[in-house]
Amino acid sequence: MPTTPDTPSALGSPARRSEGREKVTGAARYAAEHTPPGCAYAWPVPATIARGRVTSVDTAPATAVPGVIGVLTPYDAPRLGAADDPTLRLLQDLSVPHRGWYVALAVADTLEGARAAAATVRVTYETDPHDVILSVDHQRAYTPEEANGGHPAHREQGDPDAALAAAPVRIDCAYAVAPLHNHPMEPHSATADWDEERHHLTVHDSSQGAGPVRTALAALLKLTDEDVTVVSEHVGGGFGCKGTPRPHVVLAAMASRRYGRPVKLALPRNHLPATVGHRAPTLHRIRLGARTDGTLTALTHEVTTHTSRVREFVEQAAVPARVMYAVPDMRTIHRAVALDVPTPSWMRAPGEAPGMYALESAMDELAETLGIDPIELRVRNEPRTEPDSGLPFSSRHLVECLREGAERFGWADCREPRRQGPHLIGSGVAAATYPVLVAPSTARAHALPDGGYLVEINATDIGTGARTVLAQVAADALRVPLDRVSVAIGHTGLPAASLAGGSSGTGSWGWAVHDACTALTARLERHHGPLPTVGLSASADTTQSAKQKSPYSRHAFGAHFAEVRVDTITGEVRARRMLGVFAAGRILNPLTARSQFKGGMVMGLGMALTEHSTMDAEFGDFAESDLAAYHVPAHADVPTIEAHWIDEHDKHLNPMGSKGIGEIGIVGTAAAIGNAFCHATGHRLRELPLTPDRVLTALGGAG
Amino acid sequence: MKPFAYVRATSLQEAAAAYASHPGSRYIGGGTNLVDLMKHDVETPDTLIDLTRLPLHDIRELPTGGLRVEAGVSNTDLAVHPLVRTRYPALSQALLAGASGQLRNVATTGGNLLQRTRCPYFQDVSKPCNKREPGTGCAARDGVHRDHAVLGHSEHCIATHPSDMAVALAALDAEIELYDGEHGTRRVAAAGFHRLPGEHPERDTVLRPGEIVTAVLLPPPAPGAVSLYRKARDRASYAFALASVAAVLALHDGRVRHVALAFGGLAHRPWRATTAEERLTGAVPTDEAVREAVDAELAAARPLPDNAFKVALARNLARDAVATLVRSAPGAPPARPQP
Amino acid sequence: MAARERNPLRQQQAAPPSAPGPVHSRVALRVNGRSHVLDLDNRVTLLDALRERLDLTGSKKGCDHGQCGACTVLVDGRRANSCLLLAVTLDDSEIVTVEGLAAPDGALSPLQQAFLDHDAFQCGYCTPGQLCSAVGVLREAAAGHPSHVTGADAPADTARPVVLSAEEIAERLSGNLCRCGAYNGIAEAVAACAAAGTPDRTPPPTPDVIA
Repeated sequence: MPTTPDTPSALGSPARRSEGREKVTGAARYAAEHTPPGCAYAWPVPATIARGRVTSVDTAPATAVPGVIGVLTPYDAPRLGAADDPTLRLLQDLSVPHRGWYVALAVADTLEGARAAAATVRVTYETDPHDVILSVDHQRAYTPEEANGGHPAHREQGDPDAALAAAPVRIDCAYAVAPLHNHPMEPHSATADWDEERHHLTVHDSSQGAGPVRTALAALLKLTDEDVTVVSEHVGGGFGCKGTPRPHVVLAAMASRRYGRPVKLALPRNHLPATVGHRAPTLHRIRLGARTDGTLTALTHEVTTHTSRVREFVEQAAVPARVMYAVPDMRTIHRAVALDVPTPSWMRAPGEAPGMYALESAMDELAETLGIDPIELRVRNEPRTEPDSGLPFSSRHLVECLREGAERFGWADCREPRRQGPHLIGSGVAAATYPVLVAPSTARAHALPDGGYLVEINATDIGTGARTVLAQVAADALRVPLDRVSVAIGHTGLPAASLAGGSSGTGSWGWAVHDACTALTARLERHHGPLPTVGLSASADTTQSAKQKSPYSRHAFGAHFAEVRVDTITGEVRARRMLGVFAAGRILNPLTARSQFKGGMVMGLGMALTEHSTMDAEFGDFAESDLAAYHVPAHADVPTIEAHWIDEHDKHLNPMGSKGIGEIGIVGTAAAIGNAFCHATGHRLRELPLTPDRVLTALGGAG
Repeated sequence: MKPFAYVRATSLQEAAAAYASHPGSRYIGGGTNLVDLMKHDVETPDTLIDLTRLPLHDIRELPTGGLRVEAGVSNTDLAVHPLVRTRYPALSQALLAGASGQLRNVATTGGNLLQRTRCPYFQDVSKPCNKREPGTGCAARDGVHRDHAVLGHSEHCIATHPSDMAVALAALDAEIELYDGEHGTRRVAAAGFHRLPGEHPERDTVLRPGEIVTAVLLPPPAPGAVSLYRKARDRASYAFALASVAAVLALHDGRVRHVALAFGGLAHRPWRATTAEERLTGAVPTDEAVREAVDAELAAARPLPDNAFKVALARNLARDAVATLVRSAPGAPPARPQP
Repeated sequence: MAARERNPLRQQQAAPPSAPGPVHSRVALRVNGRSHVLDLDNRVTLLDALRERLDLTGSKKGCDHGQCGACTVLVDGRRANSCLLLAVTLDDSEIVTVEGLAAPDGALSPLQQAFLDHDAFQCGYCTPGQLCSAVGVLREAAAGHPSHVTGADAPADTARPVVLSAEEIAERLSGNLCRCGAYNGIAEAVAACAAAGTPDRTPPPTPDVIA
């Protein structure tokens, strides 16, 4: 990227978060932290049956609560327009597709009043038999057309069954990943303000993309896009569960319009598992066929998962097998069962996170069976082209990641498991992959008469550091120092851009910002004399370039190393060391990138050791519904983590040369930890997480 | 949360009188569990009587060498007190193994004893629970119960008591001092303060209506006694016990002169392992002897389909705890080389 | 940061009657050095009083049940989960929130600066709680408070400060969850401040509340 000699490149520099000061002083306002005059508070009422119909809603006790403004029910709620997403068709009919589905909304002057009113709403139901438990041989399992991300549910090459039958060495293993919850620290919240006079709805929403929220609200409330403004300035994490509009924002908007008051709605934490999506449980069967030298000859990865009866969402967990290893005969297939459960959705690296847990565990089992070093096994099966598509990789440095990781981790020195008193210590490795996704975006850049520059784009910073890295992209394209650039994001009044998801933000938005700033630079070069008082502007729209189908297979890769300590007395497993090496294009900001990688690894640690949700067969809800029962890792669970990367120069990505980095950190982490556990104890656990109940049972309870 | 009136008591008499004159009232100390349950509508008091301004914040050494801990003392202040750390390490360790720093700063000694089970069915008013609503049934028995009781449960309730502190108090032979306006003060043994569920799981403790926990009395430690608390949990910190053990041990001539073992996370109350203690008293505390004693205690366990691991876990914890104490107790046999 | 003016319309609609009724109380709180007298529904938690009545939205609501630590503030000098404290029980208390950590001139406290330097947050939602909790951690360690990981053989002497190792910091901050996984950065930031011995600029605790 061109820079003038006196302007060091902003990209690649460890610039601190531009909104950091606001965040450490408490000045940064999140969606529920706006209180327009006359603001009311809403509290939703979840269904308490697993399946059936509402037969009555008695709101009398609720409306008798002092300060209650009203209660919306399926009988009287505003009729909504068409919704692409049926989970947003709230209070439109009497059916209850799963426990926790919202059946009423109490609105009151105060938060306390709204909560108390919601508790007094009396709902009666007619119940139908329900079915909420996934099994691999479930009678209603079906193969969908597509899994999430538009991936074909079923792919087959060659004759995997024959190849397996002929293989000298075979692995045939089943793995299970429990349902998982995103649980961003900020629960889903919205403040909606309908202005009848202006015929305009203004919403502060905790969302990964204000644009899609506006589109959905406009359609649902039968407004035009111009009638709706959505602001998502600061967002307290999302990890996928704020990727598209969720019920809270629709309810808040409906209530504001009905009652003519601004309405604030922050979901209670224990509502989240049922209403904002979760990572569906996945049951995996992996079969590997190999020659005695470790060369893979056959691979099948069969995934069974659940979806809801409301909307089909199929976790694409067999998809990474299509990318990873050179196998001529391969089958990857997804089966789904539509159960009376909450609708699953995106959670950090949907597909890759559970899929690579299974695949990379199986690879470890194969290495063990063959007596081959697990790194060497992977190296031997490195493909020349993407196995499924046959496309060349735009860049692929998995082997380099494994080698450098092994060097940094001291892999060669920890091949023997150790015992320290009651503790067993072992090490494991696993590979990681995540696709490069890109979506069209637009941006506008302004040169201001005071010498500053303003970049506008409706991007969202959910904690990734988007503001900061976009300013870095702009500074280099404008060839100016970073501190001259300010960035406005998180508002539908800004040029439209894609949502923060699929690790696509920086690539997609950065491309538009780069193009707008490059255009502005050209305009400034042609301009002579002082700038007009309104400054000079240029815009960009990457629709053409972003939609162009790449002739390359584009993925980031990585390698995870973990050392665990297993307490044979308590069955507690703790990670002692974690190290990741990633090849993800050009790293644009090493400070925030390292945090992203490490953050993903922490979530992977949770997936491996502590996070677990159980579908309650009787009640149809997740038993671990709050942060006391659902154990996201705490400080004490997290060792010092190292995240490194390999410089990758890939010209087939975007002008910055970057790949997404938000998700790859979680991919493979759980497998590395599980493999380390097996190394330490000699026991292979094929179901996550590795909690004391499972570990003690595996160890035979011996101390 | 239902609206409620608020009364700030400045003396025990005033608090008891307020209770008598306000039906449906509850006392509040730190409130870290009560407010939590009020938000779930599990607790629906009409009146809260605030005890935090009562003069019950002292830890005093008694002439006997014991300690009197008033009920308003925070979990933090109790855990860090030099006399608690030196004389009752199991108590300090139990407190520090529980909750978080900020919760311990607010939670009180009395409130810790009176916290309710974390059974998810108890906390969800849309589901049956005999403890919350007698006669509605126990949803946990056939439901998600990995964390539930393996000892002393009944067909009506399989909940566990979540306190770490109470487990240590049970092992330390503490007494709980109670006050009520009518009868004055009485004391009950900590080990008998919490109940087994039986026919009445709605009653966690032997506390009578209106009674106030005023203090915990710790007897002087047995001569030469050492103690510890050990806890296993799903994450490294800030999680309730899957199982825990408080152990107290004094040796004489290589034999057990005094031993107390109490388990947490296994039952509706801290489980004082009297069978194991009887077997060990007077015995040479070899690993074999400890294992036999603990196994005899845990023979009473009736695990549910998904929590049998707790029996093995408790056995491991107890054996390790006693072995650790044997190594550090005065009068221990000479250390043998570790395998 | 000074509290924004509360809007009159909202007060008119939402405020309880001026004379506290049986389920309302008048509560005096000193927050970040400023005195407030509030007529509150007895159900109002300190967290909601801060966020919805005083427009001090720095303290976050992550779980509302003491399970995440995002609402951590300092009450009379000690860290506490403000979501589990009923405001009515805190009459005459001294509260410090994240808005009160920086100097009046806006200069960041050493901890705040260290959080920036060590990239100790991503989304920022747990950050105010982590910061207030860290103030408490530094004070507790200075006061000699042990933790779950402090060796049993450590001197039981409250006058002797505890050295904050990485393990100690992690254990003591475990009541503050961070879903972005910024734990390493947070621990590094706190360690840097512990080493520098400059905990914070908040008003010192009154002597009778810290042992």
